[in-house]
Amino acid sequence: MNGVELFHAGEQGLVVEFGKEVNKTINSKVHKLAKGLMAKANKAILEIVPTYRSLLVYFDPLSMKREELITQIEDLLISETQALQSGEEKEIASIVHIPVCYQDEFAPDLKFVAEYNGISADEVVGIHSSTPYLVYMLGFTPGFPYLGGMSPRIAAPRLDKPRVQIPAGSVGIAGSQTGFYPIESPGGWRLIGRTPIKAFNSAVANSFLFSAGDYLQFKPISVDEFHQIRKQVDAGTYSPEVTELQRG
Amino acid sequence: MFTTINPGFFSTIQDSGRWGYQAYGMPVAGAMDRYAYRVANLLVGNKANAAAIEMTLLGASFKFDESQLVALCGADMQAKLDGVSVKNWSAFVVQKGSELKLEYAVTGCRAYLAVRGGIDVPSVLGSRSTYTRAKVGGLEGRALRQGDVLNVANDTEAEVQAGNLKVDYVPQYEQSITLRILLGPQDDMFTAEAIETLLKSEYVITDEADRMGYRLEGPKIAHIDKADIVSDALPFGAIQVPAHGMPIIMMADRQTTGGYAKIGAVIGPDLLKLAQAKPGNEVRFRLCSEEEAVNALQAEQQSYENIARSIQPQKLVSENVRQFNIVIENQGYTVQVEEY
Repeated sequence: MNGVELFHAGEQGLVVEFGKEVNKTINSKVHKLAKGLMAKANKAILEIVPTYRSLLVYFDPLSMKREELITQIEDLLISETQALQSGEEKEIASIVHIPVCYQDEFAPDLKFVAEYNGISADEVVGIHSSTPYLVYMLGFTPGFPYLGGMSPRIAAPRLDKPRVQIPAGSVGIAGSQTGFYPIESPGGWRLIGRTPIKAFNSAVANSFLFSAGDYLQFKPISVDEFHQIRKQVDAGTYSPEVTELQRG
Repeated sequence: MFTTINPGFFSTIQDSGRWGYQAYGMPVAGAMDRYAYRVANLLVGNKANAAAIEMTLLGASFKFDESQLVALCGADMQAKLDGVSVKNWSAFVVQKGSELKLEYAVTGCRAYLAVRGGIDVPSVLGSRSTYTRAKVGGLEGRALRQGDVLNVANDTEAEVQAGNLKVDYVPQYEQSITLRILLGPQDDMFTAEAIETLLKSEYVITDEADRMGYRLEGPKIAHIDKADIVSDALPFGAIQVPAHGMPIIMMADRQTTGGYAKIGAVIGPDLLKLAQAKPGNEVRFRLCSEEEAVNALQAEQQSYENIARSIQPQKLVSENVRQFNIVIENQGYTVQVEEY
């Protein structure tokens, strides 16, 4: 298996690693293998956790030996490579549109980010909401997206002293990263807006709004729209707009 | 139905864990000591994933509004039923109106109270386990409080009788434990001496030891270069080593991903020893082969099967059988008397 390394993570864990760095090509291999393995519906595979550049496969070694699992993964990787070479496979990803209110009451650090980069607050919002960001993985707290692809023109350092409590839905920037907090938590990100939606809502059947491998795009909304959408979210009637992204 | 008279130090509702959502950043949670939890459920004839109460260091007390078969396993918290000692690792009947009271743990750290039928709280993403950091599962996503009323579900699978677990299946909790580990996934980020250090030294459990992870202190484990990695998934038992060189063992409530190099992982069947260890206890690590780890897992599975067989009633209880709780020398027993 070219460029693929396998490691132990306890007697029930197999790590399949495609590289050591963060990039889209490696990450897409991770999600493709995760999907392929999931489709096999092998009962001995207990859970699959895709991350930036590797996936952890939890399996039951009493019903399937590690060697058998490795053989299955090798077969999958070979057939995926063949499908890619023959051009059979088109990669389609979902863009989940996340409404964000960038108005002052939700954006305590928007001015700082603008001044730090020598541009206006409107320009920060424009840049922040103009491109879809890849969800490399979810982690930290339930539903927290690790996003990639933010423009360096709006990068800003973290707070020297993290805030003790950040409201759920806060959208922030930390260095060259952006993302939002699904649940109330402490954090040092520069907050530039807030979304009324819940990335994780245990009260509804579809508890998570997006998966790793999807893209997120932020859509500026007014304070009024924020409150309207919040009502729909609380009533369990809101679902975000989803469009398709064709990758070349 | 039963009521929490005193919640103890930190008591939560747990089952076998919230599997299947780690890809969404949702921690597994679930019982810290899967063995004691599972045996408690077996002793009352529950399904393997029925919800039980996990108590930590200082136990809770409950008043029962109806007669109930219950089991206590894990840490010995000096349980008393209406003031009379009851055996740990046993199933016994609590009569309506009785109070079950647990104290501080004299051995171990976590005790499990299973009631026949399991605890009835809403299932969230397929599990009743409490994950307090995100306020998910259990009773309103939090630890038990005084006055909490707990209802009983219907998660039974076997007919059982009150009785004690065979002593062969009762683990001994020691002040000094040895945990078997498998290296990986980032053992290649450590020097050969660092791996020697880990395997030859004694580490002490610090006060920072909870459901999320256990921080240990001892000889420094040196990295070849950096301690940080591009974050990847964290299994139960993973041994993370940040730049300061002190190991952190990830437990049931661990975050799904982490950014420190993992030198290895404690094997599943040995994690109960750590879940029952307290701050100040000593930990040693021993490298084992994958075969040994899988054999240990097989042995654990076999124990569950043996226990399930051994507690099946010899014959069905007939109408002529009456059950009594009696006290001899301050020790409570459940006795069945059959009339001919």
